Amino acid sequence: MKNPEDIKVILATDCGSTTTKAILIELKDGEYRLVVRGEAPTTVEAPFEDVTMGVLNAVGEVEELTGKTLIDENQQIIRPANGNVGCDIYISTSSAGGGLQMMCAGVVREMTAESAERAALGAGAIVMDVIATNDNRMAHEKIERIRQLRPDMILLSGGIDGGTITHVVELAEVISAADPKPRLGIGYKLPVIYAGNIDAREAVSNSLAGKTSLDTVENLRPVLEQENLRPAREKIHDLFMEHVMAQAPGYKKLMKWCDAPIMPTPGAVGLIMKTISDLENIEIVGVDIGGATTDIFSVFQNTFNRTVSANLGMSYSVSNVFAETGLENVMRWVPFHLDERDLRNRVKNKMVRPTTIPQSLEELVFEQGIAREALRLAFIQHKSFATTLKGVQRLRTLADTFSQAQSDTMVNMMTLNMLVGSGGVLSHAPRRNQAAIMLIDAFQPEGITDLAVDSIFMMPQLGVLTDIHAKAATEVFNKDCLIHLGTCIAPVGGSNKDRTEGNEIMKYNLQLPGGKNEEGTLKFGEIKRIPLGVGETAEAAFEPGRKFDLGNGAGNKMESLIKGGVVGIILDGRGRPMQLPLDDSERIRKLSEWLTSLDVYPSSILNKRK
Amino acid sequence: MGHVYTPGLKVTEFTTVRKQRILPLKGDVLVKVGDKVLPDTIIAETFLPGKAEAVNISGKLNVEAKDIELVMKKKPGDKFERGELIAQTKGIFGFLKTSYRGPFKGSLESISDITGQIIIRGEPSPINVTAYISGEVIEVIPEEGAVIESRACLIQGIFGIGGENFGKLEKIVDDPGKTVEPSDITEKHRGKILVAGSFISAQALTTACEHGVSGIVVGGFDDKDLREFLGYDIGVAITGSEKIPCTLVVTEGFSEIPMAHHTFELLSKYEGEEVSINGSTQIRAGVIRPEVVITHKDHHEQKEAGTSESGGKGVLVGSKVRAIRVPYFGKIGRVTDLPPDLKVLESESVARVLEVEFEDGVRVLIPRANVEVIEE
Repeated sequence: MKNPEDIKVILATDCGSTTTKAILIELKDGEYRLVVRGEAPTTVEAPFEDVTMGVLNAVGEVEELTGKTLIDENQQIIRPANGNVGCDIYISTSSAGGGLQMMCAGVVREMTAESAERAALGAGAIVMDVIATNDNRMAHEKIERIRQLRPDMILLSGGIDGGTITHVVELAEVISAADPKPRLGIGYKLPVIYAGNIDAREAVSNSLAGKTSLDTVENLRPVLEQENLRPAREKIHDLFMEHVMAQAPGYKKLMKWCDAPIMPTPGAVGLIMKTISDLENIEIVGVDIGGATTDIFSVFQNTFNRTVSANLGMSYSVSNVFAETGLENVMRWVPFHLDERDLRNRVKNKMVRPTTIPQSLEELVFEQGIAREALRLAFIQHKSFATTLKGVQRLRTLADTFSQAQSDTMVNMMTLNMLVGSGGVLSHAPRRNQAAIMLIDAFQPEGITDLAVDSIFMMPQLGVLTDIHAKAATEVFNKDCLIHLGTCIAPVGGSNKDRTEGNEIMKYNLQLPGGKNEEGTLKFGEIKRIPLGVGETAEAAFEPGRKFDLGNGAGNKMESLIKGGVVGIILDGRGRPMQLPLDDSERIRKLSEWLTSLDVYPSSILNKRK
Repeated sequence: MGHVYTPGLKVTEFTTVRKQRILPLKGDVLVKVGDKVLPDTIIAETFLPGKAEAVNISGKLNVEAKDIELVMKKKPGDKFERGELIAQTKGIFGFLKTSYRGPFKGSLESISDITGQIIIRGEPSPINVTAYISGEVIEVIPEEGAVIESRACLIQGIFGIGGENFGKLEKIVDDPGKTVEPSDITEKHRGKILVAGSFISAQALTTACEHGVSGIVVGGFDDKDLREFLGYDIGVAITGSEKIPCTLVVTEGFSEIPMAHHTFELLSKYEGEEVSINGSTQIRAGVIRPEVVITHKDHHEQKEAGTSESGGKGVLVGSKVRAIRVPYFGKIGRVTDLPPDLKVLESESVARVLEVEFEDGVRVLIPRANVEVIEE
């Protein structure tokens, strides 16, 4: 690896399931900045079946836009950089080839099996199934399931150190009996990682070493109160490179081109989200909505969680979003009517030709409606997974007795500081206001929350760069990647009576830059936008109604320094959970009102449909 | 950028089709290199292992796990009949023995003195793999299967349902723009692969199934009809395992769309020939497209013509293209300009576009991502 000081030109690609994105970063006047971005369809599929073709096409676009030469006549990336020719390092992430598909196993579903699932998800995998001793399936059903799913890798855990051996070995015997065959390539043994009770290592090895390629790492749950996921995650990354990627079309070549190991895309985005949270010391939720999957990352109480919703996405999986949520749920976000037969065909045509883009405004509105649903469903999955460690004894106070029915999710929308969106439909939304409203509608942030998007969808590349050249990654991230949209202010609470349209729910007073003062009241059911530019702040005083809470408790005043952005301050008086009117004409009226006040779409589309 | 890449489909009259026909597990290969095969020729066969079952002998016979070997009457690998003794305790003075007998005919796979479990497995069931296409065996993969090669006309569709099938090709419309009515399909079409035009309804497809039609190739199909026909929504595009007698291959997309002329002409030309059809579709990495394979009688015909493959081909001024997204979905025209600059669309998105003149003379700008080159 080159000395970081000698790295002046960085070429990075992300091979997504639909599109391969290339970015070029250069050191200019002492700081690293993004120069251009190019993209081309991913070429894992027939007739190409070679991921490097998509990479060359995307880099070709970078060449066209910069006038540089980055690829030589032998179709090789030129290094080192010399004037207008070549780059100093080339790195890549990938989620093409269906990503990394894993199965996990553990003794108790809610304890070691869940920790194993967390380790696999944190490493960027899609978890196809989790097998546990107490999952109510017979051994032969588990065996059939493993055979049928043909995972790329299995992570076996179970037992705290010094705990059960019998149950762990039982799981190993199930895997051994299944004699699983990997999805890609018939000629190699399936990688299995054992990260369970240290005392069961020998017995697990006796059971699995012959039939699988077994690796042993430290126990991922050495004691009930603590998870140790890093060794398992690192081993997953190593094996992903050695076994899985090496089998996908063209990856052997791509691996040779790269100056650092290829990272699974979600692993790289997770790294970036964790870095933002650490640097700013904030609670964060990040989302990356892709063509095939939607990944959600969160950091609450210093705990990082990631989930991947394997079949929620905007191209390959668009039809599944539609099937899961239903036509009505998508159409409730659309302020006009469309014919069902036509809509269904549109969705399927997007699925069979995933690289098309919305040309008409009507199509864009519809696609952004689907995006809200994909994000909403993915976030429900995330909340149910991002929980505190189960199996740990906790001291409960009398007050807790009354809140036992509540879930153990760590996701707290009221303490959330920042919501970051990434992925084509958010990053490439023609108006940033569209990205903001999609994030608010799908995630429904509470209290005061900063909103941001990845400018041109380059978090994956910056994630992998963090490991190699932290300075370059941070500089580009702050200056070129993260676009601050503004701040969402959403009071929550109130009884049904309070939640009546037109009811006053909050007074506000904003000291804007230039000595300007903005004062007013927010009514239930309305949404307001107050411009406040990027880098600007406003001293704000909020006085929520008696039964409404902005983070300081119901009815309590709140003073805060509010950050601006390309959209500004959004005062959201629609309540939580937000409910759309059931009456169709009323729903269209309210939607049009909200979309108009935030200037989300050109007025032509809203007026045309009146 | 003077060209674009659109992932596309193969529609070609003369190509070499190779099919790797592999067993899911190792077994016996029944053909040798040079053998001529038909779609129903069995290439390889094996036995699928029976269901494995874990039995807690330690618990059933009330012995310590470490002592399990002492009660076992069978060794790993031994076969047993239903009701045959597998494990038995010594009892007291030869009496009060507890035993475990085979719940089915099978074999003992493993004994664990840690868990006290044994794994038993039922009788294997036979499974085979057929050639699927007519052709010649060019490679034998020992214990796994073989590769069949044939010179063939290959037509890939965009979406399909139903698995591998074969039959004689017959046209039921004389124009690629015509839709198929249920009354167009009768008993005389039993076992055939039918060539339809622009559209088939769920009702007509059901009629085809009732008359035992083996397959249908059509330009367009409605998603609403797909749901009605299958009884459920297809969420993730992984098809091929539907339990339907008639395989469907859609060549153009969802909605009523005339089948591309070249595709229709090719299918018309080979009417009466024995063809293979497969509706299996996987629209994700490692894409699988549905297909129709028409093997040429002379397997080694060398003619190379009529190949058209929209995939990988550049779009140039003069190229014939079809719009693949609304508002112009399904319309066909010629590229008249490839402006290099980014343009703002009605949706306010910024994209590379091309100018197309449709058959009615109207010129419009369309994002390059929203067209597909069509063969000429």
